[in-house]
Amino acid sequence: MEQVAFLLNGTQVQMTEAPTRTLLDYLRETRGLCGTKEGCNEGDCGACTVMVTDDTGTRALNACILFLPQLHGKSVRTVEGLTGPNGEPHPVQTAMVAHHGSQCGFCTPGFVVSMAVAHLNGDTDHDTTLAGNLCRCTGYAPIIRAAQAAETAPIPTWLQTPFISAQVSSGGPGDGKSPGAFRPTTLDALATLYAAQPDATLIAGATDVGLWVTKQLRDLSPVIFLNAIKEMTQISHAQSTLRIGAGVTITDLMAAIKPHHPSFAELLRRYASLQVRNAATIGGNIANGSPIGDGPPALIALGATLHLRQGSTRRDLPLDSFFLDYRKQDRLPGEFVEAITIPTHAPALRCYKISKRFDQDISAVCGCFNITTQNGTVTAARIAFGGMAGIPKRAATVEAALIGQPWTVPTITSATKAFATDFQPLTDMRASATYRLTVAQNLLTRYFHDLAGTPVNVLEVQP
Amino acid sequence: MTIGKPLPHDSAPLHVTGTARYVDDIPLPTDALHLAFGLSTQAHADITSLDLSQVRAAPGVVGVWSAADFPVMPDCAPASHDEPLLSTGRVHYVGQQIFIVAATSHLAARKAARLARITYHDLPALLTVEDALAANSRFEAGPILWTKGDPISAIATAPHTLEAEMEIGGQEHFYLEGQVAAAIPTEDGMHILSSTQHPTEIQHKVAHALHLPMAAVRVETRRMGGGFGGKESQGNALAVACALAAHATGRPCKMRYDRDDDMVITGKRHDLKIRYKVGFDATGRILGIDFVHLVRCGWSQDLSLAVADRAMLHADNCYHLPDIRIESHRLKTNTQSATAYRGFGGPQGIVGIERVMDHIAHVVKKDLPDVQRANFYRGMASTGPGTARRYGGKYSPHPEQFTPQTTPYHMEVTDFIADQIVTDLMARADYTARRAAIADWNRSSPILKRGIALTPVKFGISFTLTFLNQAGALVHVYQDGSIHLNHGGTEMGQGLNQKVAQVAATVFGVDTSAVKITATDTGKVPNTSATAASSGTDLNGMAAQNACMTIRTRMADFLAAEHQAPASAVRFAEGMVHVGAESIPFAQAALMAYQARISLSSTGFYATPKINWDRVNGSGRPFLYFAYGAAITEVVVDTLTGENRILRTDILHDTGTSLNPALDIGQIEGAYVQGAGWLTTEELVWDAKGNLQTHAPSTYKIPACSDRPRIFNVTLWDQPNPEETVGKSKAVGEPPFNLGISALMALSDAVAACGDGTTYPALNAPATAERVLAAIGRMTHV
Repeated sequence: MEQVAFLLNGTQVQMTEAPTRTLLDYLRETRGLCGTKEGCNEGDCGACTVMVTDDTGTRALNACILFLPQLHGKSVRTVEGLTGPNGEPHPVQTAMVAHHGSQCGFCTPGFVVSMAVAHLNGDTDHDTTLAGNLCRCTGYAPIIRAAQAAETAPIPTWLQTPFISAQVSSGGPGDGKSPGAFRPTTLDALATLYAAQPDATLIAGATDVGLWVTKQLRDLSPVIFLNAIKEMTQISHAQSTLRIGAGVTITDLMAAIKPHHPSFAELLRRYASLQVRNAATIGGNIANGSPIGDGPPALIALGATLHLRQGSTRRDLPLDSFFLDYRKQDRLPGEFVEAITIPTHAPALRCYKISKRFDQDISAVCGCFNITTQNGTVTAARIAFGGMAGIPKRAATVEAALIGQPWTVPTITSATKAFATDFQPLTDMRASATYRLTVAQNLLTRYFHDLAGTPVNVLEVQP
Repeated sequence: MTIGKPLPHDSAPLHVTGTARYVDDIPLPTDALHLAFGLSTQAHADITSLDLSQVRAAPGVVGVWSAADFPVMPDCAPASHDEPLLSTGRVHYVGQQIFIVAATSHLAARKAARLARITYHDLPALLTVEDALAANSRFEAGPILWTKGDPISAIATAPHTLEAEMEIGGQEHFYLEGQVAAAIPTEDGMHILSSTQHPTEIQHKVAHALHLPMAAVRVETRRMGGGFGGKESQGNALAVACALAAHATGRPCKMRYDRDDDMVITGKRHDLKIRYKVGFDATGRILGIDFVHLVRCGWSQDLSLAVADRAMLHADNCYHLPDIRIESHRLKTNTQSATAYRGFGGPQGIVGIERVMDHIAHVVKKDLPDVQRANFYRGMASTGPGTARRYGGKYSPHPEQFTPQTTPYHMEVTDFIADQIVTDLMARADYTARRAAIADWNRSSPILKRGIALTPVKFGISFTLTFLNQAGALVHVYQDGSIHLNHGGTEMGQGLNQKVAQVAATVFGVDTSAVKITATDTGKVPNTSATAASSGTDLNGMAAQNACMTIRTRMADFLAAEHQAPASAVRFAEGMVHVGAESIPFAQAALMAYQARISLSSTGFYATPKINWDRVNGSGRPFLYFAYGAAITEVVVDTLTGENRILRTDILHDTGTSLNPALDIGQIEGAYVQGAGWLTTEELVWDAKGNLQTHAPSTYKIPACSDRPRIFNVTLWDQPNPEETVGKSKAVGEPPFNLGISALMALSDAVAACGDGTTYPALNAPATAERVLAAIGRMTHV
């Protein structure tokens, strides 16, 4: 892999570093930029939030699980880079002081960067933009007051500079090559490379793989970074389908599906945090094979088709048949997820995420329902769950118990018994097996009432 | 006068620009080493072999130390000398430190620490309070028992009785900045940088480990990235390890825990079970009550005795309980050693009695505030100093009506204002109308149910270990009029330095910006107490005020003599010193005093008056005063999943005369959310082998932004403290944490709305969605 170069607070930096060195360690240990904090080293607290800009826009990312090659060609701004050339504070910094938004101050740089990104993007849904920043001192109220107060302030001139991609210049440090690391720029190049090195670790957003490094302390080499493959990030509309590249981030997926599947988009709004959604890709969410990922249950309920590729060989399969067993997928050595296709029409799709905390939490149960009725009778049913088995899985027996029946409370009541046939969930730190099964059953009831227009969502209740 | 101004935190401009430095941000010489601990994987076992050869051989490793390297194992315990820095052959919990590795980078040390080959002979592990009770595994010889009146008879003869048990979970501090320390060897001894609430304790432990006098160890704490009690004793091991490694290698050493290690190694809030038997009348008035606290203390004593004491001391909360028995078991288990956490046991005690109130209200079919008010202590309006009406006349009330009532530990309650606060808050929050509206809403909402609850709070202020109630300060006035101040307290986000600066600035009549407070330093102010028990401002503010007054008096005496005026005629205000008709800028006055050879430096000292306490018999006056408050929380729950959220919270909280209303409101808002988090989403889970399964923010869920109340009204009850505290203010760190209990009780109310009134929800804490759903299940499947 070639050297990595990016703009750091407006100045180009160039480096030859181990490919899985995190931006956070680089900032703090190599650059002495200690404003960016390590709170958890796993992307769950936001203390390390940085502002990253490329030709597609500006977003907040967690520096602790961001590998340096992922930043190649981009512009990184840390909290130190938010103030103006003469030390002028950014409006969110002024507001945070005026509204008492900091106490111990350790989470503050991360908040300030998240707020500055939201301010730049004109995003005023503060509960969502700040869901990935934990504060233990303030109870958040003063931070929200500060964010609101800064909304109308103009974007500082020093943040309005057009994006210019950093380039590796000759004469930089090192020998210019990082062995065991690759950054292909086309799908074909990736296919060839991965077929030749099927043991390589593919790295897209690194929101899970990052933890293999920061928590499991694993050596991932060889590694293939996917973020330079533009083709992988494309979303294409056909008449009644959307084809979504595997490299599409959850943020971009959310925007694309919102007009078609608002409930799925709302599920994705609660998928981890903004920093994670800005990095994580739908391909990674699928290929990772986690039984508790939030993408697959919704995609299975939608009847998504998965597009796999190995070398020059491509094949399609229904997403539900991709997941074979716990952490085992129908994926050949050197084969990778290229894209996924979903229908655009599923008006009865509803996605329910049940977790200990509403935001930035992993689902205890994620239940997605997509039932078709004609003249009051169920004609088709796709129900899929995460957190209920070793894989994201359809409730096949429940579906069978519904199809052909009238869409009524007695049918629901009768069908709930079938959940125990479909699922034997586990007890873990997120929930007990009993709770999971009960909730899965109750979610069918919720779905019935939800379609009937009865309020079922505590998040929609106003004080 | 700067006291009372809502000034921002003195470090706020540094916080928001990333320039506030924490221990890990301070550059060390390039030869500095980074430390990590190797940890036990077993809950209770003897180490049968310890092979560290691969650790030593790992890249970057410079030194490895285990018990074999220390003839005498240094101790890290705050109280009872029962925490060896490294295991000396037996491990007592999963996460206990077994060896130290020093390497050239943090990552290299972490990687090397995982390469040890350790074999164990497992021993039976006691993980729960039931395990420990059965094995009689406890601290102290037996339970502590306090009795007042005749509770047994009172319960036996009461018209109604109840008996039940509740569980209250622990809580991870989740300070955003993990534990960290650094040691720099110097020609004078050892210089320690530590993220600690208790620099003197670090100094003491390091000196002991290095066999040095305390004078040879200097500990500095500029700030912590959050403490909450978790840095009162839990930083000892890191500082001691750094000091030993620095001593051995001659190189600076730094250690910080990775978040997962931090959560696995360090102690948390004590979880416990509370059993209660209570007798009461038809109005809900408690006639007799018997509490049993089963407190899970973990493997070492740490601060558990004082924590469990404080739980007992708050078993009454706002209620006069003339016939009461409290039995407290301090149980020793093979888990992390539970430690100080904001409230220090007090919140657990208050949850116990609030649960009883809620349960009684359910039985007597009254609204919770009616039962609470039926049990309140008599208010200060009739019993407070200077407010009692003289008696003996024709219209005087019976003396009993204005004789102060006493707590279960025989302390007179003379400052009770919770009754007034509750009345005011219920009006502000429109409680009665909302209570009715919620009932209507619930009748028309089949799936979602709302609940509302009020929690009043009375919280005792002072360390219960009486000698800790002291503080020192050191103040210098320079010849340019600038003021340098140090005190014994530490800054962890609460804004202590700003409050103390406001006190000092007020004494000298200058702007707060003229007062510079620098890092807490054991070389500046010795023998400090932990910044804990909400005492930081009460103690250090007073010590600083005394130091400032000494200097001001000297200046005033000098200027008075110069102007042939009485010293009482010298006034310090708005940056000027006024002597008779003349006004001199403060800086000029300082220069004149300097040139006249007047000392412009002074220490100050404060020791809390009036307190005395016999903890074994549970009798005396452990507290100088009480801080009060009340909260009303409204929630909504989903009866299909147990999902729930806080819709609205109204708080009225007593800060005495606030030194800084902005900082005080910040403490109250933050404490409420942290308290509500404790009782709702923050669930600690251990597996059957004693492994903590919730050891990172991915699995342990503190409140996130959207979990704060949708509507969040916080008002200060801004009346002076009747006691002579600094500026007549009251401590604010811990008391409002208890306001979060109203969230648990509101959930209980919402769950009760799912039933027909025959079954009590008996909601345990934390009331996760799962527990809420289980409680709803009990309502509907009777």
